[in-house]
Amino acid sequence: MKLRKVTAASATAFVLALTATACGGGGSDSGSGGDKITIGIKFDQPGLGLKTPDGSYTGFDVDVAKYVAKELGYDEADIEWRETPSADRENALERGDVDFIAATYSITDERKEKVDFAGPYLLAHQDLLVRADENVTKGEDLNGKKLCSVAGSTSAQNVKDDFAPKANLQETGTYSECLDGLASGAVDALTTDDSILAGYAAQEQYKGKFKLAGLELSNENYGIGVKKGETELLDDINAALEKMVSEKAWDKAVEDNFGPANYENEPAPKIGDIVQ
Amino acid sequence: MFDFLEGYDVLGAFWTTVQLTLLSAVGSLVLGTLLAAMRVSPVPLMRGFGAAYVNIVRNIPLTVIIVFTSLGLSNIFGVALGAADDFDTKFFRLAVLGLSAYTATFVCEALRSGINTVPVGQAEAARALGLSFTQVLTLIVLPQAFRTVIGPLTNVLIALTKNTTVAAAIGVAEAALLMKEMIENEAQLLLIATIFALGFVVLTLPTGLLLGWLGKRLAVKR
Amino acid sequence: MSSVLYDTPGPRAKRRNLILSVVFAVVLVLALWWTWQTMSDAGQTEGAKWTPFVEGAAWTTYLLPGLGNTLKAAALAMIIALPLGAALGIARMSDHKWVRVPAAVIVEFFRAIPVLLLMVFANQFYSDYTGIESDSRPLYAVVTGLVLYNASVLAEIVRAGILSLPKGQTEAAQAIGMRKTQVMTSILLPQAVTAMLPAIVSQLVVIVKDTALGGAMLNFTELLNARKTLAANYANVIPSFIVVAVIYIVLNFILTSLASWLESRLRRSKKSTGAVLGAEEVADLNAPGEVVGVHGADPGARAGGGTAAAQGDGRTPH
Repeated sequence: MKLRKVTAASATAFVLALTATACGGGGSDSGSGGDKITIGIKFDQPGLGLKTPDGSYTGFDVDVAKYVAKELGYDEADIEWRETPSADRENALERGDVDFIAATYSITDERKEKVDFAGPYLLAHQDLLVRADENVTKGEDLNGKKLCSVAGSTSAQNVKDDFAPKANLQETGTYSECLDGLASGAVDALTTDDSILAGYAAQEQYKGKFKLAGLELSNENYGIGVKKGETELLDDINAALEKMVSEKAWDKAVEDNFGPANYENEPAPKIGDIVQ
Repeated sequence: MFDFLEGYDVLGAFWTTVQLTLLSAVGSLVLGTLLAAMRVSPVPLMRGFGAAYVNIVRNIPLTVIIVFTSLGLSNIFGVALGAADDFDTKFFRLAVLGLSAYTATFVCEALRSGINTVPVGQAEAARALGLSFTQVLTLIVLPQAFRTVIGPLTNVLIALTKNTTVAAAIGVAEAALLMKEMIENEAQLLLIATIFALGFVVLTLPTGLLLGWLGKRLAVKR
Repeated sequence: MSSVLYDTPGPRAKRRNLILSVVFAVVLVLALWWTWQTMSDAGQTEGAKWTPFVEGAAWTTYLLPGLGNTLKAAALAMIIALPLGAALGIARMSDHKWVRVPAAVIVEFFRAIPVLLLMVFANQFYSDYTGIESDSRPLYAVVTGLVLYNASVLAEIVRAGILSLPKGQTEAAQAIGMRKTQVMTSILLPQAVTAMLPAIVSQLVVIVKDTALGGAMLNFTELLNARKTLAANYANVIPSFIVVAVIYIVLNFILTSLASWLESRLRRSKKSTGAVLGAEEVADLNAPGEVVGVHGADPGARAGGGTAAAQGDGRTPH
């Protein structure tokens, strides 16, 4: 009897499994078009794109995306926010998972082959975040120092390949993980785009502890990624960005999000004006 | 189609993967044997510690353990493993430590099952000759146990090879980190993923076949 | 206990064991104390870093949805991988070459590739060839990756289990006129599954842990990925890792306890040949690779090993 039960149980499980697979097959079409707009952002980047405990989203990227969506004719309630991790951004656009991406997305030639960029809407530079009582004035000062950045990121590669090959680089999964080490003295500086750094430095828990060094180690032109060939959407987004700057909403967003951490933002970039 | 590969040291990255694998294999073998010895030892507290270690470490995702070696051991506890001023070496060694600590639990359990397959008579005869616990274990039981568990240990080794990819989380320059960098720069997720998948097939399949053959040759015939 | 390995302790041995225990305990306590001190010095034990975990939002916004996704992916992967693994394991022992060889190729191939890459490929496949909504596609991709890999490993476990059964089982079944399918489904498979239950459960633990791989690249918000967003908000990286690690330990502990309970039930019921292997004995099989197990290849060894297993196993006294 027992044996038959086991067999029956596994058969039931198999059938269940089949139904489970089958259910997904007939799903409806994905986001783009219709009443909703799906926007890809970061969820874990204070100051740029952050999912807060009450379930809302804050940050500069989020504000820009909200403004653009409004200009495209979507209410805030119609926006569906989607997390787009760095590795998945191009594919998320190609597959049509998201309508556009505003997620610290630097415009590069390699990426332009895969997706189209509206903007740029912010010119950022790779910079250092150091403890408030320390000073670093030029990139060469870094050699022999202990740096921290996200494993595999462009910033980490820049350090290794270009301006401080002799620096010691600790690589982590997210930038948050660098900050404990910076606070305790295990590392001397955290390096990535100044916009990201400003976001962390402005966080409540870290206020007054860190400051930006103010080095301009690279130029990162943040663009809004859209699916290749969607020129109409691209033009609309560009128009929205221009309006955002002329209406001073852009300045307000910078002020709101990057806060008091010695961050001096570049003026709003002109559309299509990419600083190499 | 493959011209983007230029400028990337794919082979070098896989060489680091191999080094990580081999060093962690040795580390986990030593630590795992020690744990197994603890778990069958006459001292109750050691048995308890061995069991607790295995049941806790084995149930935590490896990523958490590897990240802990970097953020915890290195940053908070100041463990530098003799390379405080050379981060590349430090994090490589920390990764080996983390992988060994995790894999040791699997080695320990494999060995224990091996110990269980040694016929009771062997240990009884050894004890009848007046051998102590250490002698029974090192001279009689473990040598036989090791030979029986080559198969399971091969599985552990193959899993370890693939698990080294987790070391990318703390910036060890092995295959998975290079893959991440290439994806970041080249925007070619699928092609790059395929290349690295093949790389791992090349590493793991021969290991399995070679050790499978070895295991059959060395098996204790009973 | 493994009392076969050492004599019952006499007065001297007892004293020695006691001293060893005390020394070991002292070292352990010192190590723990040092850990706590260093953590406090580094400011990791301060209240602000931990209070989010006693308030609701950290759980309702991040951890619980993450845990939900982890459980969903793990449960789906288990439900699909178990029968698929059994089917593959049986297929690999088929009398027909055209069944046996493809099954072997599938098993070897999917075990050789890192699970994360399997998930990446599955994600693209679903996007290109199916209409699955993009909300749920990461879940499907993660489950598919887990199923392909773990079904292959489970196939080997089932195969090792079937090979470990006494030949008399097959012969007796054939003698009373059962067909090949009947022998497999009503005689061999149920016994093999019972015997290999601990190994199977260990593999299920691997499934639970491996759901975490989908977070980084596929945007699947499981527990570990949810932790990332949580720590970005509360600036408490180390405490968040500790909390998540504890959740995983508890989760997997429940799973293994369930298995031990199931095992003892099956053992008590005596409906099988009594060939339930000790929990630890086959735990090694939860790693991938060549699993013509310790006993699997040679049924003769099984008998000898079985006794030792029953005696020498701490967790399953018999």
